[in-house]
Amino acid sequence: METAGRKAMDALRLKNLRKVVGYALRTPFYQARLKAAGITSPRDIRSLKDLARIPFTSKEDLRECYPNGLLAVPMSRVVRIHTSSGTTGIPTVIHHTKEDLAVWTDLVARSITATGAGKHDIFQNMMTYGMFTGGLGLHYGAERVGMTVIPMGGGNSRRQIQIMKDFGTTVLHITPSYMLHLHSLLAECKVTLKDLRLKKAYLGAEPYSEDTRRKIEKLWQIDAYNSYGLSEMNGPGVAFECEHKNGMHVWEDVYCVEVIDQRTGAALEDGREGEVVFTNLLREATPLLRYRTRDVAAILKGACPCGRTHRRLARIAGRTDDMMIINGVNIYPSQIEAVIMQVPEVGNNYQIILEKSGSLDSLTVKVEISSGMFKGDLAQIDRLKERIKDNLRASIIISPRVELHEPGSLPVFEGKAKRVVDDRAKL
Amino acid sequence: MAKQLNIFVDNKPGRLSAVTDILAGNGINIFIFTIQDRGDFGLIKLLVDKPEEADCILLGKGYASALKEVVLVSVKDQPGNLHRLATVLQEKKINLSDARGTVLAPSNLGLCCLEVDDIKSAEKVLKKAGFALVELADIYKL
Repeated sequence: METAGRKAMDALRLKNLRKVVGYALRTPFYQARLKAAGITSPRDIRSLKDLARIPFTSKEDLRECYPNGLLAVPMSRVVRIHTSSGTTGIPTVIHHTKEDLAVWTDLVARSITATGAGKHDIFQNMMTYGMFTGGLGLHYGAERVGMTVIPMGGGNSRRQIQIMKDFGTTVLHITPSYMLHLHSLLAECKVTLKDLRLKKAYLGAEPYSEDTRRKIEKLWQIDAYNSYGLSEMNGPGVAFECEHKNGMHVWEDVYCVEVIDQRTGAALEDGREGEVVFTNLLREATPLLRYRTRDVAAILKGACPCGRTHRRLARIAGRTDDMMIINGVNIYPSQIEAVIMQVPEVGNNYQIILEKSGSLDSLTVKVEISSGMFKGDLAQIDRLKERIKDNLRASIIISPRVELHEPGSLPVFEGKAKRVVDDRAKL
Repeated sequence: MAKQLNIFVDNKPGRLSAVTDILAGNGINIFIFTIQDRGDFGLIKLLVDKPEEADCILLGKGYASALKEVVLVSVKDQPGNLHRLATVLQEKKINLSDARGTVLAPSNLGLCCLEVDDIKSAEKVLKKAGFALVELADIYKL
């Protein structure tokens, strides 16, 4: 399948597109959407060109369908639920049937194999397990390949290094910032690269530059591969780099990828940067048609020397919205705002500062105390800061630094506020 | 007992002068002042002749200002008196959250401003130990 010709692949894609439209038509949401577009049956899809007739699906649509509005199969067929890691309040939910998970696992296994790894590799998964798809997605794919899987999950850095050493880990799945952070701890752990057998790392879950990849490869003396996925499209395994490390092959037998002008929705030709749109052709439980990812990237022109016919996605260049990615966690300023608005002692003006602290991101939230709310006590200030910090941590998972400022001291913006100051040096 | 003016300000140059500018413009006289550095913010603490009026003016200008009750005592300036003060408070388990003191040379008196949780008890035990309670209005009579 990976080297299939366009014609054979397109025939399969058409068959699967009809199938997924059939599943979508089982949900009231898509029944209404597709009917408006003149599609009431899978037979209305006559060629792949008809994909363009299907309206886009947005993240808001998914939220409005929370929790089960997009479920196209009986709940008895659902074997797992994942939700998005980021949240502006309501998460996006993806249900999976046993078959859905099998497709996902196969694609992850295919991705791993494309990097040249195999059953003789020891795979340490440092992505968070649970609702976040990065953990379980790679886990099952690696098992399918036959790798020896160490399901460490995130955090616990010194133990991660110890395990890498003791079990001779050869492949990691990790965020780029954590990979840099771990390197800074090697000396302290009295571990040198000679003590390790590391060969490869799969880097994902946050945007990073080509320079960062090179830096990681040099520091660790390994090959680092770019991985792309999003929970709405299963998770990791949507697009992955092969041994040539020059763009991520989108597994086009399963995903229809489009790049569009984010304002007009018009299709852009290969090589031009725009919002990436995916249709998952093989999902039963939660069919998603032309899903707008808000990720900005281009499809690379030309063939890959590896011989795979699946087109390649360039590194993600940015986001179409104001989402921040902080240590791999998706956070929107509106989440922080919602917490601040519930604290009567502080005003409505706030500022979010993102900085690098070592290799990790640090988040500072600045708020103003309300003029009449100050009681003259330092203890009150300390308690207030602690309370805001706790509330933020409960909402966004990450623990921020909270700064209180005097009324009227933070910059005031007219119109759309520029509240986020991202001082993280472009790596 | 006296009312102290506590003003929450950003820890950066110019914040004290912004406050003193307003107070001076309104004819408020400052007896004692201190400034606390708490990292991102600071606290300006002032004993002034008209605390309620000063507080109102500052709040009206949007400042985070508040009045806090403090204990003001005077005692003869001689060795051992601060120790006596500390001992009395310790015996009654009264905790000081902040304090400042100075000597008024002409009258040979020590003047102390104490921030404690329990104002009433502190005043009682200090009076009993020979310290004189001072009102703001009496400061110039010392």
